Amino acid sequence: MNCLLKIASKSKYLIFLCFPLSTLAERSDYNMPIGVTEVSKSIFDLHMLIMWICVWIGVVVFGVMFWSLWKYRKNAGAVAAKFNDNFKLEVAWTVLATLILVVMAIPSTTVMIKAYDDTEGDLNIMVTGYQWKWQYKYLEDNISFFSSLSTSQEQIDNLIPKGEFYLSEVDEPLVIPINKRIRFLITGNDVIHSWWVPDFAVKQDAIPGFINTAWTEVPEPGIFRGACTELCGLKHAFMPVVVRAVEQQEYDAWVAEKIALAEAEKLLTEKVWTKAELIERGQGVYLKNCVACHQVNGKGLPPVFPALDGSQIVMEDKVRNIEILMEGVRGAAMQSFSNQLSEVDIASVITYTRQSWGNKQIGDGEIVVPKDIVNYKNKMSL
Amino acid sequence: MSTIVETHDDHGHHGPAKGLSRWLYTTNHKDIGTLYLWFSFLMLFIGGAMAMVIRAELFEPGLQIVQPEFFNQMTTNHGLIMVFGVIMPAFVGLANWMIPMQIGAPDMALPRLNNLSFWLLPMAFGILISTLFMDAGGPNFGWTFYAPLSTTYAPETVTFFIFSVHIMGASSILGSINIITTILNMRAPGMTLMKMPLFVWSWLITAYLLIAVMPVLAGTVTMMLMDIHFGTSFFNAAGGGDPVLFQHIFWFFGHPEVYIMILPAFGIVSHIIETFSRKPIFGYSSMVYALTSIAILSFVVWAHHMFTVGMPLAGELFFMYSTMLIAIPTGVKVFNWVATMFKGSISFETPMLFAIAFVALFTIGGFSGLMLAIVPADFQYHDTYFVVAHFHYVLVPGSLFGIIAGVYYWLPKWTGNMYDETLGRLHFWLSFISVNLTFFPMHFVGLAGMPRRYPDYALQFADFNAMVSVGAFIFGFTQLLLLFIVIKSIKTGKKATEEVWEDNKDWGLEWTIESPPPYHSFTVQPEVK
Repeated sequence: MNCLLKIASKSKYLIFLCFPLSTLAERSDYNMPIGVTEVSKSIFDLHMLIMWICVWIGVVVFGVMFWSLWKYRKNAGAVAAKFNDNFKLEVAWTVLATLILVVMAIPSTTVMIKAYDDTEGDLNIMVTGYQWKWQYKYLEDNISFFSSLSTSQEQIDNLIPKGEFYLSEVDEPLVIPINKRIRFLITGNDVIHSWWVPDFAVKQDAIPGFINTAWTEVPEPGIFRGACTELCGLKHAFMPVVVRAVEQQEYDAWVAEKIALAEAEKLLTEKVWTKAELIERGQGVYLKNCVACHQVNGKGLPPVFPALDGSQIVMEDKVRNIEILMEGVRGAAMQSFSNQLSEVDIASVITYTRQSWGNKQIGDGEIVVPKDIVNYKNKMSL
Repeated sequence: MSTIVETHDDHGHHGPAKGLSRWLYTTNHKDIGTLYLWFSFLMLFIGGAMAMVIRAELFEPGLQIVQPEFFNQMTTNHGLIMVFGVIMPAFVGLANWMIPMQIGAPDMALPRLNNLSFWLLPMAFGILISTLFMDAGGPNFGWTFYAPLSTTYAPETVTFFIFSVHIMGASSILGSINIITTILNMRAPGMTLMKMPLFVWSWLITAYLLIAVMPVLAGTVTMMLMDIHFGTSFFNAAGGGDPVLFQHIFWFFGHPEVYIMILPAFGIVSHIIETFSRKPIFGYSSMVYALTSIAILSFVVWAHHMFTVGMPLAGELFFMYSTMLIAIPTGVKVFNWVATMFKGSISFETPMLFAIAFVALFTIGGFSGLMLAIVPADFQYHDTYFVVAHFHYVLVPGSLFGIIAGVYYWLPKWTGNMYDETLGRLHFWLSFISVNLTFFPMHFVGLAGMPRRYPDYALQFADFNAMVSVGAFIFGFTQLLLLFIVIKSIKTGKKATEEVWEDNKDWGLEWTIESPPPYHSFTVQPEVK
């Protein structure tokens, strides 16, 4: 019954199908966004041009067809003619079709040449797709961070109302200065992803082993939302792209702050950690990075994503625990976190999993401290 | 020698065996055609049920009915089943039934091979569908199964998937060899190539495409198998391999494949428009040349599926121009169909209604195809619902409507009974309205930015998605009506004449023999003037 009401309430939108397309063009809920960059605007114009040419060809062809169906219907006593060929007519429409295509090809080529430019930017940002988040590395400013979905699992599971930016919000957006030529160097860490920001008309596949380039120059501040557009597994729909374009001064301040934070993070590795501190920090890390597969309750989604709760490795094999976090598991979905998380985060999340759920009672109870991770890294680099 | 002839006669030359063995051991083109068509019909409901799961989940934002893991298995298997299990077998079924009858032959050239190529199919799909019930789950990497998602990161059942694709490929290749051999060797005297019915022409070309590209698909999945089990790194960047190579090879198969799924429909629709316009097809020879050019061009456009993988500028432009060229022969075909209707004497029986809808809606799919060919614009369209709208327009009101039109057109010939015309028209109108309600709004959500293969989406896409789901449910359930109509026509119905449709005798040899036709259609070769 509920379902029927819902259908009835949606049916008012049927009316949109009857609207002339030009009124739809103003609203980005129905048409390609015009976007904010020069390239995105010219792509929008090209899209509209081609669409209108198609619409007009359609009007003419379907017009002739439906008129013939009406005029020559047998009910009205039409008698079939006998002709089955007309060489001149066939040549004419072939030539006409070719001419229309040439008219389409010329602006398409111009726009393509403009969009395609892989020379260096004022700012060069490495974008790496991971299952299922994005890493942004600023090559000049030496900043690097991960950007993952910030919509809560409760919203996705319909337990609480959905926010305005449901599935298009992240914990840390990419920040770029306006009026600067930004070049993106795009690659993938595991499978192929695709990095798309519709307002910039930038979509490039993030392919392991390849570095693709794309560029943009944003003329106005704003927040621009995009998505991953190449099927990359379980959480493909849950790794949005959010870009914040800001004035140069604001950008500089942001860079300074990021660098200061990174320095502070380094000092944490030296600190002596208590079990409680590690568990508290580890919980935050776990909720951000691990729940997608291993779930909040540690039960995982077997057989693809194993349970951590009650796992012998988690409870009793500290060394293997560290190894899995650092190297990932070959042939399985578990990736290496050695470049994604700091030593402190890795140590605390391992401690957290060893001290949570049922593991607290039956595990060996040992904790992992940041020093253990540093030692592991030193051992591996020998 | 004489004993052999006698034993032959003892088995009875003029009727099928009884019971299950008739179907299991049959070498008769009509029985095998029937098997193919029923198999395809069954698969339509299985693949359709998967589409219903997808649309139920997408009815509103949030995860309600299935989890993303299962959702991905549904999209993947829906695609694989509809492409390899519905459209292709249905066309082969129609080819089996109609080609011998249209060229005046008693049967296919290689009847035992024919039996084998059908019976491979249930094996292949049995294996594929069984993976859904295994612990690791079925294939979940999309019907295009891009590496490394389908190799290093695939569920363990991928090996079954690979085996199943190998078997499907073998079936298609054997079927194509049979069709080519039949067409080239068994035509009635006087039927030169340029006098062949267009359905036969379209299948001759399709069969060559199949032979050319199915081995490429087999090669692709074999390379995957090597990567997964034998330590090679064809597609694994960490081992020096190339994930983009996968896409090049896949689409070198995949693009001709999409024409494999439409060319026979061109043939069917040409016959139907001719019959119900009571006027010979306009520009027969340009129809043949158009089919041939589409087939040849299909080999040089594959990378238009990959405009965002990072090709050099020259590559992007080349594939844009070559793709745009395809609009010319395709346009010519549409113009020719319209010109056939022009000054005809048109009646609107169910096959004609589906054929008219085919011309109109396939053309809409063609327009969005042309838009997708424009590289810079494709950066915005690529992998969004705009693409989903495009290929569903060419495959559902395109290929599937073509098949349904063909079934209505030839069903009275096969069963000897007319179908129920009122129900047929009801089936058409329900299908026509719901197919547009399903796929037209997909253009809008796609342009507005909804990517494909998403189990959940942002709130601004909610309204159109609800519409699409409603349309999809109506379309899905409407197809049960087709099942009813077909069964009804087999059981009862007005007796069909030889020509079935009014003034139809001139449009092909199949209309010169009784309905239903004798077990061996033409025991004496007809003469074609």
